[in-house]
Amino acid sequence: MFSSLSRNSVNICRCSESFIESSGERLLHLTLSLNCNLTVNGTHEYCIIRNIIHCVRSNHIHLYFQVFYTDCSGKVTSNPLLDQLPSYQSLLYRRKSSAAGTKRRNSSRMRLGSSGSGKWASSTISRQEEKMAQRPIRELAKTMAEKRRDKTQRLEEACDLSSWRQWRQSTHMYLRKLKVESQELLLSLQLWRGDIHLIEGMFGTGILSYFFFLRFLVMLNLIIFLLMFGFVMLPIIIVPYVSGNTTYNLNNGSPCSVYPSSARRGLVIFHEYITDLLSGGGFLEQTYLFYGYYKVDKIQFAHITYNLPLAYLLTTLAYLLLSLIWIVKRSATGFKRNLVQDEDRFQSFCNKIFAGWDFCITNENAARLKRNSLLYELRTDLEEERIKQKIADRTRKERCRIYLIRLILNLFVVGVLAGCFYSIYKATIFSQDAQMNNVKENFVLDLIIEYLPSIVITLANFITPLLFSIIINYEDYSPAFEIRFTLMRCVFMRLTSIVILLFSLWSQITKCEVDPCVCGYNHLLYSCWETRIGQEMYKLTIFDSIIIAAVTIFVEFPRKLLVKYCECGLTKWWGQQEFAIPQNVLEIVYGQTICWIGTFYCPLLPAICTIKYFVIFYIKKVSLINNCRPATRPFRASSSNFFFLGVLLIGLALACLPVAVSVAQMNSSQACGPFVNYTKSWEVLPTTVSQLPSGVQTLLIALSSEAFAVSFFVFTCLAMFYVIALAGAHKKVINQLREQLVMEGRDKHFLIQKLCQAQSLSANKSSVSKSHSSRMSPSYHTSFSSNFNEGLFLAHPHPSSSTHV
Amino acid sequence: MGNKQTTFTDEQLEAYQDCTFFTCKEILRLHSRYRELAPHLVPLDYTNNPDIKVPLTLIITMPELKENPFRERIVETFSEDGQGNLSFNDFVDMFSALCETSPRELKTIYAFKIYDFNRDNFICKEDLQKTLNKLTKGELTPEEVALVCDKAIEEADLDGDSKLSFSDFENMISKAPDFLSNFHIRI
Repeated sequence: MFSSLSRNSVNICRCSESFIESSGERLLHLTLSLNCNLTVNGTHEYCIIRNIIHCVRSNHIHLYFQVFYTDCSGKVTSNPLLDQLPSYQSLLYRRKSSAAGTKRRNSSRMRLGSSGSGKWASSTISRQEEKMAQRPIRELAKTMAEKRRDKTQRLEEACDLSSWRQWRQSTHMYLRKLKVESQELLLSLQLWRGDIHLIEGMFGTGILSYFFFLRFLVMLNLIIFLLMFGFVMLPIIIVPYVSGNTTYNLNNGSPCSVYPSSARRGLVIFHEYITDLLSGGGFLEQTYLFYGYYKVDKIQFAHITYNLPLAYLLTTLAYLLLSLIWIVKRSATGFKRNLVQDEDRFQSFCNKIFAGWDFCITNENAARLKRNSLLYELRTDLEEERIKQKIADRTRKERCRIYLIRLILNLFVVGVLAGCFYSIYKATIFSQDAQMNNVKENFVLDLIIEYLPSIVITLANFITPLLFSIIINYEDYSPAFEIRFTLMRCVFMRLTSIVILLFSLWSQITKCEVDPCVCGYNHLLYSCWETRIGQEMYKLTIFDSIIIAAVTIFVEFPRKLLVKYCECGLTKWWGQQEFAIPQNVLEIVYGQTICWIGTFYCPLLPAICTIKYFVIFYIKKVSLINNCRPATRPFRASSSNFFFLGVLLIGLALACLPVAVSVAQMNSSQACGPFVNYTKSWEVLPTTVSQLPSGVQTLLIALSSEAFAVSFFVFTCLAMFYVIALAGAHKKVINQLREQLVMEGRDKHFLIQKLCQAQSLSANKSSVSKSHSSRMSPSYHTSFSSNFNEGLFLAHPHPSSSTHV
Repeated sequence: MGNKQTTFTDEQLEAYQDCTFFTCKEILRLHSRYRELAPHLVPLDYTNNPDIKVPLTLIITMPELKENPFRERIVETFSEDGQGNLSFNDFVDMFSALCETSPRELKTIYAFKIYDFNRDNFICKEDLQKTLNKLTKGELTPEEVALVCDKAIEEADLDGDSKLSFSDFENMISKAPDFLSNFHIRI
């Protein structure tokens, strides 16, 4: 310490000690006050003084113990003095003697009482004890007997308090008990608790996060459905029961408002019902399922007029906003943790050793697999270190070669994606044209044509991940980056394919023979285009669920049987099914994006999605337990949560786009739906605002004016800059603190040495003569000798370490 | 509790509720699990606080602990004699500290104690090596083990004494995202 302090020219002026003897124990209580003439910048001054004193005060006895431990490397003797250290209090091993506990408490109290010279030191100790006392008993790291004693002690102390405090404490306790019981009740109501517990025991927490995610989506879809039902469907349904009056949309005879009925007439063959069910046409078209059925304009109840178009639009905005808020709230904790993680150097090895084993595993197989996956992870990490070294050693020529390869492969990927998108576009147009021609040839062929876009999308989403995972091997990235990059490409592929589908639908809808369409859309082919889009979304959802069920039944089960009973080389190479979390998550995010887009056109879609996810849970659970082995490359529970919600947010953002365009840009169809009286769906809002009282109107107009928008934007930018500056300042402080910590460690080492010397010196000296001890001449310590009983500490500074420059 | 159980007095149950993260029902369930381990040793009636200890060898046969590589260390940490013989108080304490609602600070303290094999309040290189070997059941080569331990100490050691003190460990755990979700036992 002194050698490092010499740079800062610290003098030790006074050193006082006091000895307290209580019940046969000796406590060494050391006070150091330093007079510092620091030549470093002022901010460090106080900190270093404090650190040294703290380190000496609370660690010197620890050092004492340490010295003896390192010198005589024999049995570890527990030093009773060690119990006094505040930093050691929490680490006590359990001791049977309860007497030690009371002794400890007494002696610490006594120490507090006699420390006259170190005023603020005692205050820090008492502050710490107070902090410990405020925490609930169950959070203390003590044995049960000690906790019980603490509890009785606290109760006694509570009796000494005034009646106001007592009442406050008792209400606190009562409220806490109430909270615990209500939480217990809520927990028991949670969906699928037993199933999740079972999965956790078998596969650990990584796969568990997938099932939590699924449960979250079930809840989300249910809430969205309740919103739509409550605000859009319920008023229409209860009209005859509450004797309301509905105003329907005008059928003003223009060619735009012709809506040919699609109901089947005459003798209907049975399989046509199935076609209708699967494609949403026929008898399903004019039902609550689709947008076109909600032709109501206003509903007159007893005292209020219910504006259905407004409700429809506002509910759409509400469910999008609700999803956003809920997802952000859920991802907030994961995001904070990720921020902390990214800031400092990432500690992958420590993480795996100390926090790697999943203590919930109860199954022998799962334990073996977890062990293997940890082994694999550790080896991968070692490999990554090696690769990092290799990358740093790359020559210029090699680097050029690698970049060229990466460029070519990325172009290839872009080409593949463009090809997929083009095929989706073509398939959609072909399917639409074929449906319009209405030539019913063959039942199965009809279905295939109807489902052609879904089939192409699913095929593309099946082939491209395989392609990407092959390509990435040649691009020579580090393993962690490889995984992330492949995943990003797959996400992009999945979610953009929906947008391409919608885009191609729109190009069809707005394409007329005469160039500017009369009604803004092709009213001959698409008299009710929102219903058509709703039907496409409905078909996508149905097809998605069929595919998931079919793959599980027809691919995974046979694969398991094959691998189990057939021992040929092919099956060995193929191996047992792995539960690939990223692909599964992408599947359900894809389904959820369709749900968000489709709810505007097909209000019952959230209910269908709720049922779909409900069934998928059980399918996946059965498949997992029977067919799968956990992935060799495990997905970490914490970051996976963040990943899921991040991808879901991307899906939400992508879903808002089509809805926004169709509400604000496209002409709403004149033949069906609630927005018949308006050109565009968005217009219902300005119309309603203009009917409000003038005060509210001016306020709303002011809120949506440019002046307000610009100033709001500027204010948000300022707030962001402030927060960024704050974060930068915090980072600086953290770095400073870290440096101080290293310095403190070095101080500790030096003090150990000094103490060791002092011990050996005093051991020699006290055997020689006691009288000479007081005559020790400290070069610096003026009042040293007066308080001295035994020359113990800092008697003679080492000649080489001069404290004074 | 309202049920007519004779295992504990109401006072005892309330004390347990305050000192652990369990409810009455869970405490009674824990008692039956404890009794299952050694039915002839553990009495049904705990109203007079009998001083019974179940030995280590029986406790590590519990399904929750059976597959855990650190099961002996966990039980030793929570035992009073340091040999792993748990009284019912220690038993409840153990599962309370490791349960889901237990706070991070408490878990960190106990994790440090568990991983500190030689009980010198430092996790030195030997402790790390023993931890790693238990974790991987000796499947890593000695060079790999040494390399991993070096890297781990390099990552977590802040004060430069090439071993982890409690503050180093605490700081490292606070940045370990999986710790809270992995370091809990469901009972």
